Amino acid sequence: MKSSKLMVALGAGLLLAVSMSPALAQRTDINVGMVLEPPNLDPTGGAAAAIDEVVYANVFEGLTRFDSSGAVIPALAESWDISEDGLTYTFHLHSGVIFHDGSPMDSSDVVFSLERAMAEDSTNAQKGLFAGIESVEAPDAETVVVTLSAPNGLFLFNMAWGDAVIVAPESAENNATNPIGTGPFEFVEWVQGDHVELAKFDSYWGEPVALDQVTFKFVGDPTAAFAAMMTEDIDAFPNFPAPETLPQLEADPRFTVIVGSTEGETVMSMNNGREPFDNILVREAIAHAINRQEIIDGAMFGYGTPIGTFFAPHNPAYVDLTGLSDYDPERSKELLAEAGYPDGFSATFHLPPVATYARRGGEIIAAQLREVGIEVELINVEWAQWLEGPFGAKEYDLTIVSHTEPMDIGAYANPDYYFNYQSDEFNAVMEELNDTTDPDARTALLQQAQTIIAEDYATVFLFQLAKTGVANAKLEGLWANSPTQANDMTGVHWTE
Amino acid sequence: MLIYFLQRFVSLSLSLLAASLVIFLLIEVVPGDPARFMMGLSATPEAIAVIREQLGLDLPAWQRYFTWLFGMLQGDFGISYTYKVPVTDLIADRVWISLPLAIYALVLSTAIAFPVGIIAAARRNSPADAGIMGLTQLGIAVPNFWFAMLLVLAFAITLRWFSAGGFPGWDAGIFAAMKALTLPAIALALPQASILARVMRSSLLDTLSEDYIRTARAKGLTRSQVLWRHALRNALIPVLTIIGLQFSFLLAGAIIIENVFYLPGLGRLVFQGITQRDLIVVKSVVMLLVFAVIVVTFIVDMAYALADPRLRKGRT
Repeated sequence: MKSSKLMVALGAGLLLAVSMSPALAQRTDINVGMVLEPPNLDPTGGAAAAIDEVVYANVFEGLTRFDSSGAVIPALAESWDISEDGLTYTFHLHSGVIFHDGSPMDSSDVVFSLERAMAEDSTNAQKGLFAGIESVEAPDAETVVVTLSAPNGLFLFNMAWGDAVIVAPESAENNATNPIGTGPFEFVEWVQGDHVELAKFDSYWGEPVALDQVTFKFVGDPTAAFAAMMTEDIDAFPNFPAPETLPQLEADPRFTVIVGSTEGETVMSMNNGREPFDNILVREAIAHAINRQEIIDGAMFGYGTPIGTFFAPHNPAYVDLTGLSDYDPERSKELLAEAGYPDGFSATFHLPPVATYARRGGEIIAAQLREVGIEVELINVEWAQWLEGPFGAKEYDLTIVSHTEPMDIGAYANPDYYFNYQSDEFNAVMEELNDTTDPDARTALLQQAQTIIAEDYATVFLFQLAKTGVANAKLEGLWANSPTQANDMTGVHWTE
Repeated sequence: MLIYFLQRFVSLSLSLLAASLVIFLLIEVVPGDPARFMMGLSATPEAIAVIREQLGLDLPAWQRYFTWLFGMLQGDFGISYTYKVPVTDLIADRVWISLPLAIYALVLSTAIAFPVGIIAAARRNSPADAGIMGLTQLGIAVPNFWFAMLLVLAFAITLRWFSAGGFPGWDAGIFAAMKALTLPAIALALPQASILARVMRSSLLDTLSEDYIRTARAKGLTRSQVLWRHALRNALIPVLTIIGLQFSFLLAGAIIIENVFYLPGLGRLVFQGITQRDLIVVKSVVMLLVFAVIVVTFIVDMAYALADPRLRKGRT
């Protein structure tokens, strides 16, 4: 009798132990790998993508935000009304939102944040996002009225950027080293050079998150990144720097490889303001000399989608214009002869320090251009040099960069941009787009804009950068795509 | 001894001053504007101008040089452009990784090189000597970052005895911290040990062929007595020179190893500083490393004097 009771008790205990052990083993922490360390943690005071990759959606929130598909959804603003003329936006804020330091978030913080970003002495890297705002007012604690000087179809989109997050007047100055936001994770510590640690914020206003602790570890070296995955020191590496090892990681049941899209249009710019690139025939000739698939295979290990204009292929408004600049070296030579360069010419090609598309891709492009008679001198530069020379002073013939900001086709309308592209037709379309809020009309205009730059061969449109990530197979909820540069941890959880 | 010390001290101070000027001028001519780098592709010229003013980049060069120099004399290296924290704090954190790593590697390298070098010299032309010479040749030839990758492959990925890299911090306990530094220290120590062992051997062999060694042997001392009592001490001077150089190298030259093991040390700080145009960090760390190298050289000079009484008389 006694022994059978004991057996039952033991058995029950064992069952309980077995059924409980997965629950006990459930991890609630995550180590996320990043290649670059953020220079600081204030998304309103610097351009570095790494800042948003740590704090966007995790620590800081704006009035609106991007979801994993790139759609603009409500964040701190629960809802909004737009006036008939498209000039006045009335935002209704969530109630009960508090900052990580315990102070409440209300309309005065929104007014402060927007006015700070617009101010004369603002150091916001995307000051242009706020350019059309005429006034910001707070009729009551939970309402904010933003008045624009002209209708702006992108206004809600602009407010979703990391540069437009809401900060508090009393903590804004210290956000670089001690970020205080309203997000579901609060800042714990930053060991410079090694990691940033975030912890679940218990008084979060929205849906509670599954993770208790998020640690962003900075591993710059591709070999080290691979080793860190293999030893499981890192659970997820959303932008994995060693694509050559992806087949090996994919074959390992411990990991999943996540391939998604980014907002990164990779283009080779030709200085439109310089001879011979001011000649559209030369630009068209160069476009036909380039074999995009060869670059994707050779430099990107096959990851990337060819593009024929400056627009993300996963966007519904995208038009496939790759046919305008298909690989045709014979046509390229004819065009060069027609332009007055039957024997080709020579040019410089500035390559920023990106091992894949720029340095390796640059070699491949140089070889392809040589085939049609264009001799290219490759010049390797660092980012700071690139920003000062080719980008800042427009001192270059050819250069290559992936433009990773979302919806940045407007750059072609900027006469001072390093492309040196000038088109009244394009500028008119962009102006009309700014004044248009109707979705269908916007799509039509966007498609028109894509076609103009493609037909003008404003730059050589190469491919959309892929996002190649690796994660532990038991992790769920990581973003596959990269509609903005972020590692949103709010939906991430372990499955067992 | 005092004159010798003073001479060395004056030359140390002058070297530091000259170094500070050279470093400042080199950094001045580096292309790339830190403000533009921080603000990225979409920044407006006004926003860049505000940053330049905040960083003090709008002041004339000579003014920035003296501000920097006098600041350093008071232990103030300025504020990092990118991290926006005092450079002193950044350096202080990193030194606690780089310095222990350098010492760890040096201890390992010396512990391997001394016995190996002595055995090779004592058994000159024996198979043991030939084997040691072959292995040390290999140790010098193998690049340390490649050896580091092999170590990671073997001990981290396959055996999983160690992490692939990173540093838990000294708060995690001395054992965890030392464990994290072990693979990097071995990777750094191997080539250094190989060089040191060869120097040890050839220096001992030179000494062993001196007249006084023959005299000591004639007096009736055994080979090993001669080796330990007379030859070793005299053979140490070139070895000390190499150790001094190696220590400086280990402190300043671990950039690649720190990247392979993603250790947040001084080397990586400089590397990041250069790419992010955090020039104030670069010049301050380089200055600190110059200071360390000069001080180590100074200490080695002092050690010569202890090892060789002739130097104490001021005959340098």
